[in-house]
Amino acid sequence: MIHFVLLVSRQGKVRLTKWYSPYTQKERSKVIRELSGVILNRGPKLCNFIEWRGYKVVYKRYASLYFCMCIDAEDNELEVLEIIHHYVEILDRYFGSVCELDLIFHFHKAYYILDELLIAGELQESSKKTVARIISAQDQMVEAAKEEAGSISYIIAQAT
Amino acid sequence: MNSIFSGTRLRDMIRSIRACKTAAEERGVVRKECADIRASINENDPHDRHRNLAKLMFIHMLGYPTHFGQMECLKLIASPGFPEKRIGYLGLMLLLDERQEVLMLVTNSLKQDLNHTNQYVVGLALCALGNICSAEMARDLAPEVERLIQFRDPNIRKKAALCSTRIVRKVPDLAENFVNAASSLLKEKHHGVLITGVQLCYELCTISEEALEYFRKKCTEGLIKTLRDITNSAYQPEYDVAGITDPFLHIRLLKLLRVLGHGDADASDLMTDILAQVATKTESNKNAGNAVLYECVETIMAIEDTSSLRVLAINILGRFLSNRDNNIRYVALNMLMKAIAFDDQAVQRHRVTILECVKDPDASIRKRALELVSLLVNENNVKQLTKELIDYLEISDEDFKEDLSAKICSIVEKFSPEKIWYIDQMLKVLSEAGKFVKDDVWHALIVVISNASELHGYTVRALYKAVLTYSEQETLVRVAIWCIGEYGDLLVNNVGMLGIEDPITVTESDAVDVVEDAITRHNSDMTTKAMALVALLKLSSRFPSISERIKDIIVKQKGSLLLEMQQRAIEFNSIVDRHKNIRSSLVERMPVLDEATFNVRRAGSLPASVSTMAKPSVSIPNGVAAAPLVDLLDLGSDDILAAPSSSGADFLQDLLGVDLGSSEVQSGATPGPKAGADLLMDILSIGTPSPSPAQNNTSSVDLLSTAGINNNPSTALDTLSSPAPPHIATTASAGGMFDLLDGLSPSPSKEATNGPAYPPIVAYESSTLKIEFTFSKPSGNLQETNVQATFINLSPNTFTDFIFQAAVPKFLQLHLDPASSNTLPASGNITQNLKVTNSQHGKKSLVMRMRIGYKVNGKDVLEEGQINNFPRGL
Repeated sequence: MIHFVLLVSRQGKVRLTKWYSPYTQKERSKVIRELSGVILNRGPKLCNFIEWRGYKVVYKRYASLYFCMCIDAEDNELEVLEIIHHYVEILDRYFGSVCELDLIFHFHKAYYILDELLIAGELQESSKKTVARIISAQDQMVEAAKEEAGSISYIIAQAT
Repeated sequence: MNSIFSGTRLRDMIRSIRACKTAAEERGVVRKECADIRASINENDPHDRHRNLAKLMFIHMLGYPTHFGQMECLKLIASPGFPEKRIGYLGLMLLLDERQEVLMLVTNSLKQDLNHTNQYVVGLALCALGNICSAEMARDLAPEVERLIQFRDPNIRKKAALCSTRIVRKVPDLAENFVNAASSLLKEKHHGVLITGVQLCYELCTISEEALEYFRKKCTEGLIKTLRDITNSAYQPEYDVAGITDPFLHIRLLKLLRVLGHGDADASDLMTDILAQVATKTESNKNAGNAVLYECVETIMAIEDTSSLRVLAINILGRFLSNRDNNIRYVALNMLMKAIAFDDQAVQRHRVTILECVKDPDASIRKRALELVSLLVNENNVKQLTKELIDYLEISDEDFKEDLSAKICSIVEKFSPEKIWYIDQMLKVLSEAGKFVKDDVWHALIVVISNASELHGYTVRALYKAVLTYSEQETLVRVAIWCIGEYGDLLVNNVGMLGIEDPITVTESDAVDVVEDAITRHNSDMTTKAMALVALLKLSSRFPSISERIKDIIVKQKGSLLLEMQQRAIEFNSIVDRHKNIRSSLVERMPVLDEATFNVRRAGSLPASVSTMAKPSVSIPNGVAAAPLVDLLDLGSDDILAAPSSSGADFLQDLLGVDLGSSEVQSGATPGPKAGADLLMDILSIGTPSPSPAQNNTSSVDLLSTAGINNNPSTALDTLSSPAPPHIATTASAGGMFDLLDGLSPSPSKEATNGPAYPPIVAYESSTLKIEFTFSKPSGNLQETNVQATFINLSPNTFTDFIFQAAVPKFLQLHLDPASSNTLPASGNITQNLKVTNSQHGKKSLVMRMRIGYKVNGKDVLEEGQINNFPRGL
């Protein structure tokens, strides 16, 4: 299973963290510090796996961002690389050629998409199309609610 | 709609944080935002909640504390609108984890949302539950989730399936409730549902034997068919990854088949064809294909014997190993470790390639390869492989040397065909990576050297040569000075030359140079310096012609800042200076160490780590082990009359600083002549001319005691042997000690044992356990003492199988009553009565060694200690 997902920028800034196993706040920052130190310092030609505290961390760099997932030692590392790529492709489709800024200002969207992809540290959907459909359906519900709220507050504003 | 809100918008906050140039500036902005959010929370305006939480999540990601926002999550989740719920659940998953009690408050909201009419709300609740639910919540909400597995919409079914995997992980008892629902998911066509369904089945199989049997019987064929369909399916753009239809589903199916086939020949038989098909037909030029192949190989290895398939699998791994992609090579090494179990020969064929991987620039690959190499070693190839590894040790990165040298040492120890080869290889490792070698490794080397009497000369010469070149390798230096101290005469006189050796000329002062170098080098640690000091004492007898020079070196240590060094320097100096007549017998060669006993002790103290050498660490019980020289004299003083035959081995181990956590109660377990060691101890502890037994006793005290003139031997003994005697530290002036050493003023040792009250003592204390002794004497018999031991558990865990063992010198007799219980609850205590009879009452005081064994959470723990602080006069 995937124990956590981490997005770290080239400068070591955290862009997304998702924990599927219990880590206290202290442990979380320690893990992030430790791993980003190791990963950011690895050369470009090396393999994408790090053995770490009895787990494996699979990471892949896309432009300025490192996508990292921590898995059990016996899990399939190559598949996790595919899952990371799967996630990136969905992000890319959603934002339209995604860049780091998209993930900073719309970080919550990145989380929503991840939640449609993974639950309990396991993959839930292999179709990018399905994920995109479910996300856009929920986005529409939010938009609809906003409009409604907007019109009500407009009426209230008018009335007073 | 923003017009009616106060405060900054999320976007503006992110901008201003990003604009910060320094960390302090960022902290300032965050502090101000947090203050605003807190204020807004206190106003309790529902309009702001949504945005506050979004901001808090961003702040949380930057690593700032955000616990004050936790209740906001709950409020948002409880509100009716979808946007509020969506952000509320997101915040819940981000800001909380399963161990926080606040989480329990959300159970009710979750329950309502799981029954919500809107499927997306149900989806949110399932997602949150699946990601962070605790065992209690899992138990409470399992029925809802179970029902949702049958929900009409596939989006909910798949989420419910994964949520169930979390639930059964948290509460394995619930597994059987999910078996039927899970098996129904396997018939699905929707890939998402199928993937999650297969995952749930896999989880159930690993948890419950019954579930495994059920799925094996009912679902194996169906799964095989699904795998066949998907493998043979036409191009499906929605699921295609690099020419493979849904590799994720492939992998999960293969994984489930693996557990179904493992240990069941029939099921394995059924899946042979499809596995062969996947193994041969999957494209291997892209990562997705390799991921499937990798999973397939793993399944082939795990299921019951189908040898033709295994050949196929090994061939795939061979291809992987020669792949240029590091990722592929990494997984190949990983899998070959498993393959070695059933086809050693096939893996041996790749030995050269694997050895190359040990030298890879990539640390992950190196580590894997090293593990694999150590599995490949056998009697036939050990010499060749060791040579390769040692050659590489010379040029490898500093940070890899530790792993590499540990591995080489374990290989050499395990497969060494002869002693000389072992010693040679160890010397090479110590020369190249001596500073990384763990204590138990060089201790073992010394034991081997001591046993190889025909190689003493050879070894000491080789060490001498090595240490001249590699004087910065601490452990090499230690072994070298030990050997020079013991066998210095062989070094100088070229005794026992082997045919392969070149004769070397070493003068006595060359040998002393090496030791002097070690003792004066500023970065030598205490152990090395202490060993060097002992070596010097020994050399002063071996090389009488330069004993003046040796004395000078020893004298310099009188100014050492390390108390033990200072004290021993003074004592040794006195031995060199004034007691020439006894010196040679005092520093005779160490008796041969018993290899078997040492290995048993070593294995006992290093459970399971000897073979893997992951972290061989010598455990030193709290407060018991002290500086080696303390032990040296300590042992001599209390065991001397009692068990001279057994103390030789202990003595050396203590001298070396090894505390191997094992029984010292084994009188006579180490046979063989121990005259040398005994003599040494006699002299160190008893002192010189002893007119009468009684005086003999007291003089020993005076010789070693620094605590002024004392009319009671026992206190002096206590001061001497307690690891960190406080008043020695203050009164240890060099001059005073000097006098004491020589001043053989026999002091009257009349006991004043009229008061029956003896103060209780803390006999032992570690971080987990404290032992207190209280004493009473039966009237009329001064020799007898009743001791009540109270064991107090200081840890939060219960100790089971608690056993206390004690050993005493021969002048004491010990009787142990059974303990009040063998289970020691957390912070609780148990008691045990002991009866000690002191046959030398009034002359000697009590000493005791003890060992405590118990289990914590099923793990064996052993603690040992020596009790020297008995009240006087017992």
